[in-house]
Formats: sequence, structure tokens, C-alpha cells
Amino acid sequence: MTLLSEPFAYEFFRQGLFASIMVGAVCGLIGVYVVLRRMSYIGHGLSHSVFGGAVVAYVMSIDFYLGAGLWGFLSALLINAVARRRKVGADAAIGIVTTASFAVGVALISRTRSFTRNFDAALFGNVLGVTVADLIAVTVVACAVTAFVVLFYKRLLFVTFDPEVAPIYGVSRGWVDTLFALALAGVIVASINVVGVTLIAATLVIPASTARLVTDSFARMLALSASLGASAGLLGMYLSYWLDVSSGATIVLLEASFFILAAVWGALSSRRRHETPSATSSPLTMDRPIDRQAMEHS
Amino acid sequence: MTSPAAGSLRSTSGTGRTELIRFENVSCGYGGRPVLEGIDLTITKGAIVGVVGPSGAGKTTLLRAMVGAVPRTTGSVTVAGQRVTFGRTPKVGWVPQLETVDWDFPATVNEVVLMGRWRRSPWIPWITADDRRAVAALLERLAIGGIGDRQIRELSGGQQQRVFLARAMIGDPLLLLLDEPTSGVDIKTRDDILHLLASLNEDGMTIVLTTHEINSVAAHLPWVVCVNGRIVAEGDPDEIFTAAILNETYAADLRVVREGGTVLVADAAPHRLRAALRHTHDGYEHAHHDHDGDRQ
Repeated sequence: MTLLSEPFAYEFFRQGLFASIMVGAVCGLIGVYVVLRRMSYIGHGLSHSVFGGAVVAYVMSIDFYLGAGLWGFLSALLINAVARRRKVGADAAIGIVTTASFAVGVALISRTRSFTRNFDAALFGNVLGVTVADLIAVTVVACAVTAFVVLFYKRLLFVTFDPEVAPIYGVSRGWVDTLFALALAGVIVASINVVGVTLIAATLVIPASTARLVTDSFARMLALSASLGASAGLLGMYLSYWLDVSSGATIVLLEASFFILAAVWGALSSRRRHETPSATSSPLTMDRPIDRQAMEHS
Repeated sequence: MTSPAAGSLRSTSGTGRTELIRFENVSCGYGGRPVLEGIDLTITKGAIVGVVGPSGAGKTTLLRAMVGAVPRTTGSVTVAGQRVTFGRTPKVGWVPQLETVDWDFPATVNEVVLMGRWRRSPWIPWITADDRRAVAALLERLAIGGIGDRQIRELSGGQQQRVFLARAMIGDPLLLLLDEPTSGVDIKTRDDILHLLASLNEDGMTIVLTTHEINSVAAHLPWVVCVNGRIVAEGDPDEIFTAAILNETYAADLRVVREGGTVLVADAAPHRLRAALRHTHDGYEHAHHDHDGDRQ
């Protein structure tokens, strides 16, 4: 029992634990949309972009959350606009926008040497340096994103599943995409001090991909992905404390282990299914599934 | 050659009723490039209409223009007396091409069908008891009862088409628009779908569909619109499927054979194509040449 309660005596641990659980959950939640929209690369790029914004905000002495948040939101909108064209080179354009943004940050850091804020934390995460302001920011973002996902559940589902058809049914795709970009930028800015620029993409993508392996239902995927993220945040903090390993890395490695477990479990259960063919399968062609993927590739 | 769908579709001609869709001198396209020009078209309530034409002729664009999803440069589109503009869509049921659907998406049949009536309770994330009843009744009506909790990939081609038809119908639409409903499905499923559309049409539903299948789909419909950047002709396929009109629509050499009540459209120079395809191993150059000539 002391194993669990001992680190609790430290305030930095309690704050870090709270932050990592919140960040894990909210990244898991929004990550479902990132994965299903095949935007994993955008999540990665956006976190680098936000880093540039954070440095610019620091140099210009603007509030970190305001500067980085605005920068991230604009990058997300730009990426959305580019990605929607679906022309060759869209991914290259995303790379240009986000890495150039990141480079601005690196250039400014190398120029100005009088930093009080530790930018290593922004790159690799430093959950133990989480301040009360960070905790407030994480809580506000988590509440806002959860409200967005709940209230826009139907519209988000429609746009994510069928972006071309949703507007025909009256879903305002422009609004949904803009709010989503805002939510994603908010999540990344709030997570940056906890897991770091380089590891945010993993916390967005891994819990959602793990949940997808386990369930075929959209609602369950959301709940599962958020829970996996929160659990990884909780367990990761304790492991990080006991093993004296970087907290961001521990959280991501835990999530990766969840993914491997789910993949192995999935492979084993599908093999079991193949060995015992269901007795109810009908010989009629109408009831047999068509492998459309195979048809498309032929 | 008579398909089982022929009889039932032919009996439901939609002429002599009130007007539902009207195009007046419509030109539209994407990125400033016109796909369709000078379209004048009227579709009456209760009609079942096929839009035919080659790839890239603007079949889908014509459908999209009916819901305001294509930028228009001239003219106006009215559906049920209401002018269609970008962002103000009439209440229609849209069935996309099955090939464009992401079948790996983690969605059950219930979840997909209920997208069609998200407007009824836009802020509530969960499925209400009323939703569940409505879906169950509709699936039953479309002869796919009891599959509500299955993931969409697990379904057969015919079931998948019906699920998207259910999504289109659950919002109680003014009309159904179907983009290539018979592409990528086998012959039996195709006929099932056509029979189903015929019976929905018999119940009073207005249906517009696109198809590239002249013989197996378009020839059975009571009314067809031939499109190639503009409307080449429209009318009963018995009357308008002539060599002249089809050659103009497809910019290809086609032959029309009439036998009893059936119209059969065929390649005018099948021997040449056959020769080209069968001799590909003799020399690629030669075959390549012949093939190019026939493709247009």
C-alpha cells in the first residue's frame, strides 16, 4: 500500500499524476477522430508547429497558452485547408508548414540564450514541473473538448465517417472542422508540458488504435480510448517514479504495450474463429460478405 | 436478355404529375472549370429517372447540383419550389457509391442509419428508444431486419446497399438520389436493388440515379437523361436509345439492336476490339494502336 501512497506525499507527484491522467484521457478521446480521419501525421506535425508558437510567444512575452494556442489553431486550420484539397503534395505541404514552424522555434532558441523556461520540457515533457496554471489549462481543455465531443457527437461522427456526404444531409462541415481544429490545437498545447512535443503524436494515436483493435462500435471506441489513455497516465506516473524513467516516455511505452497486447489478443481470437467456422453461416451468396477491399485492389 | 427488373420498373412511369425538380440554364463545375453547361431539366414527383453517360460526363455532378453541393456559375435549381443554394440543402436522401465508403470504420448498422436523422436531436449523443424503433421498422421494411448491431463490413453487398438506402430514407426525404447504386455488385444483387427501387417508387418515392450500365439498368427505366457535359437527350429509352444519340453521348461507335421490347446497345466494331485484345502477345505496338482507336 505504501507503494501507492508514498509518492503521494509529494505535491509535484500529485500535480503530475492529475495532469497525466487528464492529458491521457483527453488525448485518447480526440485521438479517435485523429486516427479515423487518418490524420495521425497531422497530429505529429501540429505538435511541432505549436512548439514554434510557444517559443515565439515567449520571446514576444505573450502568455504561453494564448500564443501557442493561437499558433496551433491557425496551423490546424491551414493544414485542414491543405489536406482537404487532396492534391498530390498535401502531406508535403503539411510537412512544410509544421517543420518550418518548428524551425522558427529552434532558431529563436539558438539566438536568445537567456531562457528561464526550460524548453527541454517542451520537447520531451516534464510532468514533474507542472504548475498550477498548467493544471488549470489542462482541466479547462479537457472539459471543453469533452463537451464538444458530447454535444457534436452526431455531427462529428457523420463528418468523420463520410465527409463528402455529411454536408448533403445538412451537417455544416466547415464549422465542425474548424471546431475540431480548435479542440486539437487546445489538446496539444495543454499536453505539451506533460508529454512533450516529440511524444504527443503517440498519445493521440496509440490508445485510439488499440481501442479500434478491440471494438467495432464507435461509441465504445471513444470510451475505451479515453480510459486507456487515462490508465496509461496513472500507471505511467507510478512506474516513472519507481523506475526513475522519464514520465512522458513511460506513458507512451505503456500505451505501446497495451497496443501490442490488443494486437496479440486480436490475432489469437481471430485464429480461434477461423478454426471453428460458425454453424449458422448460410450458403446463399446474398448473406456472404463481399471483400470489397480485395475488389478495389484487383 | 430480359432482366427480371424490367417489368416492374416499366410499370411505374412518372409522367403527368407535379413538378419536383427544375433546372433552368444551369452551368456548374469545380474550380472554375465547368462540368455541365446549359442544363434545362424538369423531374416530376413520383418519377424514377436514370442519368447515363460516360465517365467524367457529369452524371454525379448533375445529382450534386440538386443538393447545392456544386458551385454554380449560371442558372437556378429548384427542389419542391425552394431554390437550392450552397449550404441550404433540400431534404433529400443521398446514397453514395459503395466504393467510396470506408468499410473499416467502426460503425454499426444502427449508427450509420441514424446519421440520416441527426437533425431530429442534434445535441444528444445517444440513441433514443424512438430512434431504435424507427431503424428497426425501416430495416424490416427493406428486408434486412435484425442486422442493426452488426458492423458494416460484415454485410453482403446487397445488405450494404440497403443500409445506405435506409440512411437516406429515415429522414423522410422528398426524393432519393443514388450515385451508381449498381456498380461493384453482382448480377443478383443488382436486380434485387432495382426491384427494391421499383417498389419504393411504386409507393410514391421520387428516385434519380446515375448509372453507366446501359443494357442492364438504364434500358429498364421509364425515363433516362443522356448526359455528356450537357443534356444530349432525355426520354423513354425505347425512343431515345438510338445509335445517333448514344454515339453523341458516349463519343463512341455504338450499335443499337431492338428485339421485341428489348433494346440492346453493343459495340459497333466488336471484331476489331476482339482482334486487338487477342493479339496482344503478338506485338504490343500493334495492339496498342488498335486499342487507342476503340477507346474513344
